[in-house]
Amino acid sequence: MTLKEPVITVENLTKRFGDFIATNAITFDVYKGEIFGFLGANGAGKTTAMRMLCGLSVPSSGRATVAGFDIYRQTEQIKRHIGYMSQKFSLYEDLTVAENIRFFGGIYGLSNHQLQSKSEALIERLGLQAERGKLVGELPLGWKQKLAFSVSILHEPRIVFLDEPTGGVDPVTRRQFWALIYDAAASGITVFVTTHYMDEAEYCNRVSIMVDGCINALGTPSELKQQFNEPSMDGVFYQLARRAKRGD
Amino acid sequence: MRQFIAFVKKEFFHVLRDRRTLLILFGMPLAQILIFGFALTNEIKNAQVVVIDHARDDASRHIINRLAASSYFEVRENVMDKNRMEAAFKEGHIKLAVVFPARFQSDLNHQNYAQIQVIADASDPNGATTLTAYVSSIIQDYQTELNKGNGLPYRITPEVRMLYNPQLKGAPNFVPGVMALVLMLISVMMTAISIVREKETGTMEVLLVSPFKPMWVILAKALPYLLLSLVNVLSILSMSIWVLDLPVAGSWLLLFAESTLFIITCLTLGIFISIKAKSQQVAMLISLMGMLLPTMMFSGFMFPIENMPVPLQIFANIVPAKWFYIIVKSIMIKGVGLEGIWRETLTLCGITLFFFVISLKSFKIRLE
Amino acid sequence: MVRLKNITKTYNHGAVKAVDDVSFSVEKGELFGLIGPDGAGKSSIFRMLTTLLIPDKGSATVAGHDIVNDYKLIRSKVGYMPGRFSLYPDLSIEENLDFFATVFNTTVKENYHLIEDIYVQIAPFHKRRAGRLSGGMKQKLALCCALIHKPTVLFLDEPTTGVDPVSRREFWEMLKRLRQQGITILVSTPYMDEASLCDRIALIQHGRILSIDTPQGIAAAYPNSLYAVKATDMPRLIRVLSTYYPHMHSYLFGEVIHLDARGMGGYNLPDELTQFLTAEGFADIEVKPIAPTIEDCFINMLVRHDT
Repeated sequence: MTLKEPVITVENLTKRFGDFIATNAITFDVYKGEIFGFLGANGAGKTTAMRMLCGLSVPSSGRATVAGFDIYRQTEQIKRHIGYMSQKFSLYEDLTVAENIRFFGGIYGLSNHQLQSKSEALIERLGLQAERGKLVGELPLGWKQKLAFSVSILHEPRIVFLDEPTGGVDPVTRRQFWALIYDAAASGITVFVTTHYMDEAEYCNRVSIMVDGCINALGTPSELKQQFNEPSMDGVFYQLARRAKRGD
Repeated sequence: MRQFIAFVKKEFFHVLRDRRTLLILFGMPLAQILIFGFALTNEIKNAQVVVIDHARDDASRHIINRLAASSYFEVRENVMDKNRMEAAFKEGHIKLAVVFPARFQSDLNHQNYAQIQVIADASDPNGATTLTAYVSSIIQDYQTELNKGNGLPYRITPEVRMLYNPQLKGAPNFVPGVMALVLMLISVMMTAISIVREKETGTMEVLLVSPFKPMWVILAKALPYLLLSLVNVLSILSMSIWVLDLPVAGSWLLLFAESTLFIITCLTLGIFISIKAKSQQVAMLISLMGMLLPTMMFSGFMFPIENMPVPLQIFANIVPAKWFYIIVKSIMIKGVGLEGIWRETLTLCGITLFFFVISLKSFKIRLE
Repeated sequence: MVRLKNITKTYNHGAVKAVDDVSFSVEKGELFGLIGPDGAGKSSIFRMLTTLLIPDKGSATVAGHDIVNDYKLIRSKVGYMPGRFSLYPDLSIEENLDFFATVFNTTVKENYHLIEDIYVQIAPFHKRRAGRLSGGMKQKLALCCALIHKPTVLFLDEPTTGVDPVSRREFWEMLKRLRQQGITILVSTPYMDEASLCDRIALIQHGRILSIDTPQGIAAAYPNSLYAVKATDMPRLIRVLSTYYPHMHSYLFGEVIHLDARGMGGYNLPDELTQFLTAEGFADIEVKPIAPTIEDCFINMLVRHDT
């Protein structure tokens, strides 16, 4: 049994907006190479929590480290050591595939040589040789998302944050996407993913479910199914989210 | 550093690939600089001057010939009585009148001294000053000529009268111009983004799938801005009266009514831009850059239109601000009533109708 | 109630074919689902049916009216909820609803019974500006505004996208109740699991209809046998299975792997496979035959198309 090394530690992390407590003293750890599913209903506080972990928002109280860096004082280092991809923004639509890769590679501080070899490897892996000069805006959604994910890990970050990466994508491409996620995890990148597809929750090593700002479930999918006496993650989620008072 | 360059490269891609904005950013300044070059001149040429020669003697003929020979003036002779002359000034037909008294020559001969009346339309103080200076210098030249030779010196004095603006204040020229400019900019800008914003945010999509009529949308979008702009008119007028000390010589009501008409013209223009523009950004660019400079240049308050090359003078006729500027000056400074400005008013009405009709016709009832 | 015949739509002067020769009908009072991923052509179809776009080829009628020539009649009779929130963000819930009721020549009171169930959930916030509502409340408001004039046909374009599973389920409960009022409802969605909640569905991808039938009908038409396989070390399992019989298609499906045993008639797959996997070092092996879901059908059709 290999010793588990935490890459994200969170202790009583809280975020308040005036009287409203978006994230309420959440505590959990994420270990290296894990695929960690961060679930919750809309309005449960997931996005707020993720933004804090990415160094985009300052917590009201509590402690957390991401890739070993403190989220209050070392946000710049955090940003350098993580990757991020969301459904809303991934790549620049009016830049070509190659230009996007070059741009983000440049931003992540890759040398020209590294960029060249990684870029080739990426394009080959995704089979985009014929499309490298095409504007990203012209690619079908599934390819865009796969490309965006690959670009987000171009600099081999310790952790990659994925915010609903497979929304609206067809079932075959979704699975191809998760194959990429598995590969990334196998190479040591920790994957922190939120999703509304409950079958994807099953693909994660461990899952947490947020309700009304608190984490009401944390464990492997099998542990949670046993704990809540449900045959599927869908059932577990339904049980927990139904009791939510907040949001919609 | 490398990362910074990566950003710079990316921004160049974004800018160069946005064809439409590029066209506006490059095309518009180019067009405007060209026009500016041709239109920009402060020189006076072919100013409409009327000469009323009660004397009909050698001396007066001499001076009149000199005036006619000059390229500054376009001289017309006319025997007008005072009322007709005033009417001509009010309607803007003439900028300057030179009146020779009946006994011009004999005054010179007997008294070595004569006076010529020079009456200028000072609602454009700069123009008036320049014109009277030209006339005075011509008269001075003649006087010098007369004094060649020995004998008692002759003195011909121009008796200058500045109409409407005896103190040559800048405000009478500047306030109507600014009024036209400000009202036009605001009215056009406000409506220019209103319809295109609905297209951009998507609310137009739901609205289209309903039994609405495009006419309602157009009228309803113009109405609140009309009322707001009228408040603007009131504040500009109050400021000019109480702060700038420029009272309204003519009818308040007429001024207000004409302002309303002008605002409606601009609102319809803005709505047309809104219907045609594909994004709020483009709408703003067109209404600011596209409207600002032409309005400034072709309204006539900065650069006299008569001095521009003829094609530009014709172009100026479609700029609503040109007509409104004339109307406001006439009412505020010259005290003219509707009889004097009905042509300009009708033109504005025509422009408004035109934009309203093409707005209605180009209103897209589908998404593409 | 809604009939499409050979509808084709391209963009960019023919460069992009969004809808390719689509034909189907929806009967009165049906809850019809258009199921497919983003970019499949669902929104384009809805926009043509609501008369916002004109097809390049083909014809269609809604409530008996032609979508090109009689658009005015259609626009007064249908309710439309586009893919993204399209109400006025700076107007309150109340003001938005009043506006749309008035535009359709009716009042909120007149048809309140239609939206009552939904409106009571957002009524406490009736004075709040629509831009400041949560995603779920926006959705409910948009639905109310689409219903307030008692439409004959309701078009809902991806109303549940980006919404969590619980809220999605509640939304579909609302739709079922609406169906009971006799309104014909067309819904588009990328979520395969929502397909089973419709009366009939059309599976669509790349602008083409893959299949139209009741959910049960589509599942019944699944050509091969389907198995669910489970064992320890799932990531390794999926890799091993793909080398087992290369022409058998296997894919992740939640906590199990689905194995499509095409052309393996007369072959005892469960026993054979369990033996093979045990030899490969797997434990806790389960191989069960299962009934296909809509997602399985969709994957099967996609894979068939591409090969």
